[in-house]
Formats: sequence, structure tokens, C-alpha cells
Amino acid sequence: MEDIIRGKAFVLGDDIDTDQIIPAHHLVYKLDDGEESKKYGEFALSGVPESQSGLPQGKIPFVEKGEWQSEYKIIIGGKNFGCGSSREHAPYALNKAGAAAVVAQSYARIFFRNSVNGGYLIPFETANKINDQIATGDEIEIDVKSSTLKKVETGETFPLQPLGDIEEILKSGNIFSYAKEAGMM
Amino acid sequence: MGMTITEKILAQHAGRDSVSPGENIWIDVDVLMTHDVCGPGTIGVFKKNFGENANVWDKSKVVIIPDHYIFTKDTYANRNVEILRQFVKEQGLENNYFDPGSPRYKGVCHVALPEEGHTRPGEVLFGTDSHTCTAGAFGEFATGIGNTDAGFIMGAGKLWVKTPPTMRFVFEGELPPYLMAKDLILHIIGDIGCDGATYRAMEFAGDGVYGLNIEERMTLCNMVIEAGGKNGVIEPDDVTIDFVKSRTDKPFNVVRNDPGASFFVEKVYKTSEIIPTVAKPHSPDNRGVAQELSDIKITRAYIGSCTGGKMTDFKAAAAILEGQTCQVPTFIVPATTEVEKGLKETKRNGKSLYEIFEAAGAHIGPPSCAACLGGPEDTFGRLNGPEVCISTTNRNFPGRMGSKDSQVFLASPYTVAASSLTGKITDPRKYLS
Ligand code: SF4
Repeated sequence: MEDIIRGKAFVLGDDIDTDQIIPAHHLVYKLDDGEESKKYGEFALSGVPESQSGLPQGKIPFVEKGEWQSEYKIIIGGKNFGCGSSREHAPYALNKAGAAAVVAQSYARIFFRNSVNGGYLIPFETANKINDQIATGDEIEIDVKSSTLKKVETGETFPLQPLGDIEEILKSGNIFSYAKEAGMM
Repeated sequence: MGMTITEKILAQHAGRDSVSPGENIWIDVDVLMTHDVCGPGTIGVFKKNFGENANVWDKSKVVIIPDHYIFTKDTYANRNVEILRQFVKEQGLENNYFDPGSPRYKGVCHVALPEEGHTRPGEVLFGTDSHTCTAGAFGEFATGIGNTDAGFIMGAGKLWVKTPPTMRFVFEGELPPYLMAKDLILHIIGDIGCDGATYRAMEFAGDGVYGLNIEERMTLCNMVIEAGGKNGVIEPDDVTIDFVKSRTDKPFNVVRNDPGASFFVEKVYKTSEIIPTVAKPHSPDNRGVAQELSDIKITRAYIGSCTGGKMTDFKAAAAILEGQTCQVPTFIVPATTEVEKGLKETKRNGKSLYEIFEAAGAHIGPPSCAACLGGPEDTFGRLNGPEVCISTTNRNFPGRMGSKDSQVFLASPYTVAASSLTGKITDPRKYLS
């Protein structure tokens, strides 16, 4: 796990469910095939209604047509991020497109767990709503150790909730490396 | 201090005398279920971490039920079922596998599990599907997980969980004849919001709940995930025990709340104050009532899925559609092959439910998840354009049933059937005198 995560922000609203993150008809591609799995990157966040994609302006695709990598590394959401189905393809697709972290006010439980246990991305929580204070394209820096998020241009900082229990798993990489280190398997 | 049923089941499976909400514990798993969408990924994770030739931890505890993308020409989707077949053969899991195209094919996993006797009081069930919480209706701890967690269980037979605090929902008064479990759960979700139970257990009680049959209890527990809940649960009574015993000889352990168990919150509702309820687009917590939405024209009605495609759901729909004509295309999807058989064998005034639906002009599809989650373009009932659909399913997020331009209203089978007869959202009390 890096100590500093830096990159452009992609901003979304509340209740981004897993069908918006990766629509159900795309769940058929192989996850462990290098070439085919790029499709998950290609269609990451493709189910978000256009007006809600890349706030506050909207109509900004997370991944450009025909590409599978996004120029945005940090996703900023509102409350209940990742609600809906248990598909692990959701954090996987965001990771595939190049996202390293999601910052949201709260998460749905299964998405949160999948992100951590699969080692796809770091799900940071904020105490307050911040998706109205950051615009898509803003350069962002997250300091993992001090649990803060900074808007690079203005220097404005926002506190993040400490990672707590999940930090050990994230540091190990995923639940398997964690269990091995802990002598559980 | 007393424990709740959820806390007690978790403590027993962690080999401990007690646990408290918030504690992370490792628990032993009784059943792991997966299907065609998440099975291949789970198998990949399992093999990568436990080895190409590793065996699953316990053959009798892994259940594989393909149900999502079954009747499609999509080659990727069909390949996924082939991966499951291969794995079942390799591992010798034939006893708990239900192959599409064979007489063993079942259909939607959450309905197939109890039919096949895999849901039992006091047990721990994990499944790679968020609606695995349905099985809480049998007095067990059941919840959805992702491929990584499932791959871990496949090899290790255990998993860590954070013990959830329990929210208790009590329905006072028997259910009036125009309400169904779907109305109750949509009412609760509208009340607490779609993250109102995140990380928590939701327990249902009261005579309004104990008066329900087992299928209706499944409908209640099915949708706890739509409020963010980790698991839903109902203390077993004779209804539960009789059903489970009719489906399996395996012994089980009935767990109940301790006297003095402490709840995060207890909410009490009077069933007589609830009227037919609808969730408007695009969220299950966007609550309305049918009688106030009568201006809304629909272009389609859909009755199916794990939450709305069981015999009780179709009996309710048939009570309204009998002798009438659907005014909009109406799609009927039995959850499982057993339900499909039930449609042909169950009669009302001399006619089978199947005949009643056909006579009303409804389209009847083969058992599977079908358009509940959109799926490949050729999926039965899929919303391929700007449709306005009223549906007995459990989710109405943007694009859930297909096109991002469509709108989905969720309601009980009564309300969906009544709406199909008028082409507008309709309070079923009009037809249930
Ligand atoms: S019927 Fe719908 S909700 Fe139920 S398992 Fe299938 S896709 Fe999921």
C-alpha cells in the first residue's frame, strides 16, 4: 500500500450501485484473462446516468470510448457507495480502469469488503459530505498515514476516517496474504 | 447480557460462549452457494490461492446453482456455465449441482436452496449473491459475499465477519388481505432508507410476520440488502420447522433470542396502517403508495425473481388476473422449475394458474433470473428501451432491468397484476373486494 495516492478526481453522487459501476450484461468476461479482462476497465462506471457522470458538470465519461484505462485515479462519492449486488466485478472494474481509491461518506457493506479482501482499492470514508467540494478533474493527494485528503491546487485539506481494522489486510495485499501472514492457512 | 439470534448463531460458529456487536470473529461455514455469474471468478480465486489441484474443504457443503444467464445465445455467458460444469466434475460436486439443460435444472438460487433442503435453522450460509440474505427466513445467518471471500471459504471453510447489531422490526396485527410481504418490506425501506441498516442485522417479528407463510417470510428477508442490511432473520416457529423437515433429514439446531437480548433499535408498525406500497424509480427507498400514483402510465408489467416469483406470488397475481385481460405486455417468470410445475398443477376454479395467465394474454418464460437484472440483450422480458415497468423484483436502480432509459416501479404481485389490467399504477384493493 502506497503512503501517498495522487491523481485526478472523478466525482459522483449518492447511492452509486454496482449496476452503475459495472452493468450486469458485462459480468460475463473472464477476470483472470489479461486481454479479456480489460473489458471491465472499458465499461467501468458505464451505467451511471450521463447527467450524473463526472460532477458537477456531468456528461464526463470515466473511461473514454474505446479505451480501458481512465485518466482519473481517485473516485469521490457521496453516501452508500457500492450498494446493490455482491458482484466483486465492481471494485475489480474500477481497479482495472486504474482507480486506486474511492473516497465516500459511507459504503454498502459488500462492496467495502470486496474492495479490501480482494485488494482492489482503498475505500476511504469521510466524516462529512465532500463530493460537493471537489470537481471532476481536480488534482487530489491522499496521505494514508495522516488520513487526510488535499486539493493540490488550493491546498485545502479534508479529514478522512482512519482505516482501522482493514489496514492490516490492505497492507498485506488481500485476505489471502493476510491469512498466510497470520498463520491461518 | 442476553444475545440476539444472530449473535448466538455467530458465537456458536466461532466456538465461543458469546460475542458482542462490532467484534470481528472467524466463523465456520455450513453452506457456500455460488452461481454462474460469480462462480467462475470464485473458482479462479480458489485455484490461484489453494493450488490448481486443491479440493474444496467439504464437498457436501458447496452448492452450485446456475440461474442468472441461462436461456441466452451470449457465448461468454454460456462459457461461464461450462466452467461450472468442468469444476463440478473435477471436484465431484454432482449432488449439489443443478445443470441447465438437464432434468436437475432448478432456476433462481435463493428459491432453489430451500427447495433442495440447504437452508436450515441455526446454520451459517454464505453465497456469492447479495440476496443470499433471503435464507434468514429459516432462522439462520445468511449473507452475500464476493468472489474473494467465497474463494477463501471454498478452501478454508471459514471467514471473518464483523458481528452486526440487530435492528428489530415488529408488525402488530395480522396482515390485511390486500397486503403482502412486499408491501411491508418496501414500507420499512422507505422508512429507514437504502442505507438505514448498513452493517446491521434486521430481525422481523410480531403477529403480522408470524402469520406469513414461509415464502412470504423469504420475501421480507430477501430485501434487507436493499436497506443495506447484512442479514435478515426470523425466529423459527412451527411453520419454519415443518417446512425444513419436509425438505431435508439433516438435523438442525433451533436458535432463539435470549431473554434480555439487546437490540440496536426496535421499530413497531401497525399493519392496519399500511396500504399497498410502491418504490418509485430509481431506488427501493423512494416510497410511494399505489393509490397516489394512479396517473402513472406503465408500458409493461413483470412478475418474477427470487423475491416475487414464488407460488404465493403467482397465486396472488392469478386472483386478480383471472378472467381478465392484461392491458400492457405482462411477463411471468417462475423462479424455479418447481414453481413452473406448480403453475401447471395449481388450480383456481378449475383452471391452472398457467392457463389463467395465458388467457389474460401474459407471456410466460422459463425459470431463471431473466430480466430482474437486465442481462444479455436477448433476455426474456428485458427492458431494451425507455419502458416504464411495474415489477415484483427487488431493485430499481438505473438500468437494473436493462436500458438506462427505462423506469422501474417495485410493488407486490397484487399491485403489479392490478396495474397490468389498467395500464396505470393501480391500488389492488380495487380488485380485491
Ligand atoms: S432473481 Fe434477481 S435478485 Fe434474485 S438472484 Fe436473480 S438476479 Fe438476483
